Amino acid sequence: MTEFLGFATSGILVGALYSIVALGVVLIFKTTQVFNLAQGEMLLIGTWLGWAAIAWWHLPIWLAFIVALVLSAVVGMVIERFVMRPMVGQPLMAMIMITIGILSVLRGISLYFWGGPTQAFPRMFPAEGLQIGALSVSLQHLYAAGIAVILVVLTYAYFRYTRGGLAMRAMAEDHQVAQSVGLSVTRGFSRAWMLSAIVATAGGILLGSTVGVDFSLSDIGLKAFPVVMLGGFESIPGVLLAGPIMGLCEFLGAGYVDPLVGGGIGEIMPFVVMLIVLLFRPYGLFGYKTIERV
Amino acid sequence: MRLPSGTYSVDYAKDMAIVRTRTQWGLLTALLVFLVALPYIPVIGGRYYLGMINTMLIWLVALHGLNVLTGLCGQISLGQAAFMAVGAYSSAILMDSLGWSFWATLPSAIIMAALVGLIFGLPALRLKGLYLIMTTMAAQFIIVYTVVHIPALTGGGEGMSVPLATIGGMVIDTAQSNYYLIMISAVLATFLAVNIGRSQMGRAFVAIRDNDIAAEVMGVDLTKYKLLAFAIGCGFAGWAGALWANYSQVITQEQFSIWNSLWLLGMLIVGGQGSVLGAILGCIFIRGLFEAVSVIAPMLGGLLPGLVSIGSIGQVLFGLVIIVFLVFEPRGLAHRWAIAKAYYRLWPFSY
Repeated sequence: MTEFLGFATSGILVGALYSIVALGVVLIFKTTQVFNLAQGEMLLIGTWLGWAAIAWWHLPIWLAFIVALVLSAVVGMVIERFVMRPMVGQPLMAMIMITIGILSVLRGISLYFWGGPTQAFPRMFPAEGLQIGALSVSLQHLYAAGIAVILVVLTYAYFRYTRGGLAMRAMAEDHQVAQSVGLSVTRGFSRAWMLSAIVATAGGILLGSTVGVDFSLSDIGLKAFPVVMLGGFESIPGVLLAGPIMGLCEFLGAGYVDPLVGGGIGEIMPFVVMLIVLLFRPYGLFGYKTIERV
Repeated sequence: MRLPSGTYSVDYAKDMAIVRTRTQWGLLTALLVFLVALPYIPVIGGRYYLGMINTMLIWLVALHGLNVLTGLCGQISLGQAAFMAVGAYSSAILMDSLGWSFWATLPSAIIMAALVGLIFGLPALRLKGLYLIMTTMAAQFIIVYTVVHIPALTGGGEGMSVPLATIGGMVIDTAQSNYYLIMISAVLATFLAVNIGRSQMGRAFVAIRDNDIAAEVMGVDLTKYKLLAFAIGCGFAGWAGALWANYSQVITQEQFSIWNSLWLLGMLIVGGQGSVLGAILGCIFIRGLFEAVSVIAPMLGGLLPGLVSIGSIGQVLFGLVIIVFLVFEPRGLAHRWAIAKAYYRLWPFSY
C-alpha cells in the first residue's frame, strides 16, 4: 500500500509539471488554432536562458528568473511575428511542419550554445523529503507542483476574469468575428505566444531545479501532447486534471508493469493512454466536440 | 499539357502515356543508362559518393510511400521511420534466425510493415487532422519501444547485425552491388508511385485529401482507401527498411528515430506534396544539405566560437529551410520546376 501511495504521489506531483507544459500548448492552440510541437524546445531555450542568467551573467536567482521570463517572451514574440504570422490561414500540414521547423531551429541553437553535459541549477527548494506516515514525499516536487498549479490557476483566471482574457476567448471562437467587433487578432496571437513561452520557461526552470538542465528536458514537451489530448485541446482546467492523471498512469505503469516487460514503460505510457483516449473520446475530457460540415 | 507540334493523341492509350515524344524517350533512356553506369563513372562512382547515393535512394523509397500517404491521401504521418524499422527488423530477423533468402525476406518485410501500418491506420477511420498526427506519433514511439524491449529478437538497444543477402549466388556485400539492388528498387518504387497517382486509387486518395466527407458523398469508400493508403505508404517504408538493413549491416533503434520521420516530412515539404518529382527533388535537396553540412561544419568550427557540432548546424539549417519553403514556396521545388519549364516553353513570350 505504501508503495502504491508512493508511486501515486510522485506521479501526481510530476504530472502537475506536465500540466504546466501542456498549458503552453493549450494557450497557443486556443487562440491561434496552431498545435505547437515546438513547446518542449521553447521550454528548453527558456530554461537555458535562466541558467545562463545565473551562471554566465551572475544574477541573483529571483532576477535571473525574471530575466529568463522576459527573454523567453521576446523569443515567443519573434517566433509569432516572423514565422507564424505569414502562415495565418494555411492548411494543417503547413502549420504542423512550421512548428517542426521552429523546433529544429531552437534545438540547434540550444545545442550550439549549451550542447555540453548536464548543468546543475541552483537549488530553489529544500532537498529533503517530507514524511507523512510511512510515505516520503520529495519537498522539491511538492513545491514545484504547487507553483505549477498556481500558474495554471492564474492563467485560467486571466482568461476568465480579465478584459484581455475575454478578448482571447473571443478569438478562440472565431477569428473573423473577433476582428469584426474590433479586437486585434494579431495582437492576441502575439500575446498567446508570449504567454506560452513564459509559461514554458517557468515550467522548465521548476523542472530544471529538481533534475538539472540538459537536452533531455525537451522530451517533456513530447509528454505534454498526450496531456493536451486528454484534457481537450482548448481547455485550461482540462490540463490541470489531465497532467496528474497522465503522471499517475506513467508512474504506476513504471512501478508495476516495468518488472514484467523489462523497463521503460513509463516513457510510452502517455502515448498508450493517448491512443485509448483517441479511440473512445477524441476530443478529450473538456475539449469542444466539433461538428463537421462539407 | 502542351506537346510539340506533330504529336497527336490518336487513341486513349496514347493520351494517357507519360513518355510521349522521342526526346522524352531519349532522356529517359539516358537517365537509366546513367543510373546503370554510375558506379563506373570516376569520382561520383567512388566509395564516398556511392555511399551517399545509396542512402539517398533508400530514403527516396520511404519518401515515395510517405508521399502516397501524406501527399496524395492527406493523412499526415509522423511515424514513417518507425515503419522503416518494422521492415528492417523483420527482414533482418527472418534472415538471421530462420535463414530465409533475401527474395523471401524483402516481400515479407513489405507485408509486415504494411500490416503494422494498417493497425496504426485504423484510428484514421475515426480521426483526422491533428488527432491522426498524434496517433502516428504514438505509433513512432510504441514501435521503437517494442523494438528495444524484445532483445531476444532484435538485440535491444545495442542493435543487431544483419547477415549478408545473397541473390542468385551473388553476395551483396559491396557498395556497388548494394547500389544495383537499391537503384533498381528506387526506380521501381518511383514507377509505382507515379502510377499510383494516376490510377483510380490515386484519384480517390486525392479526393479524400481535399475533403473526405465530400469524397464519401461522391462514393469513395473511405474505410477502404484510407486503410489502403496506410498499407501502401507503410509498405514502401518497410521496403526501404529492408534495403537499409542490408546496406548498413548493423541496425539500431537510433536509425529509426522520430527525427528521421520529421526529415522525411521535411523532404516532402521542400519537394512539394503529392508530386513524385517533388519527392525526388526534396530527397536530393535535404540529403544534399546534410552532406554539405557534414563537410562545411568542421570548417566553420574555426570561424565561430564555441562548440560547433554538425548536429547543431544541421538542425538549424533544416529548420530554416522548412520555414523558408513554407513561407515563400509552400508548393515546393516541383512547382518551381513547373514554372521554369513553362517559362522555357513560352519564351520569348511571358504567357
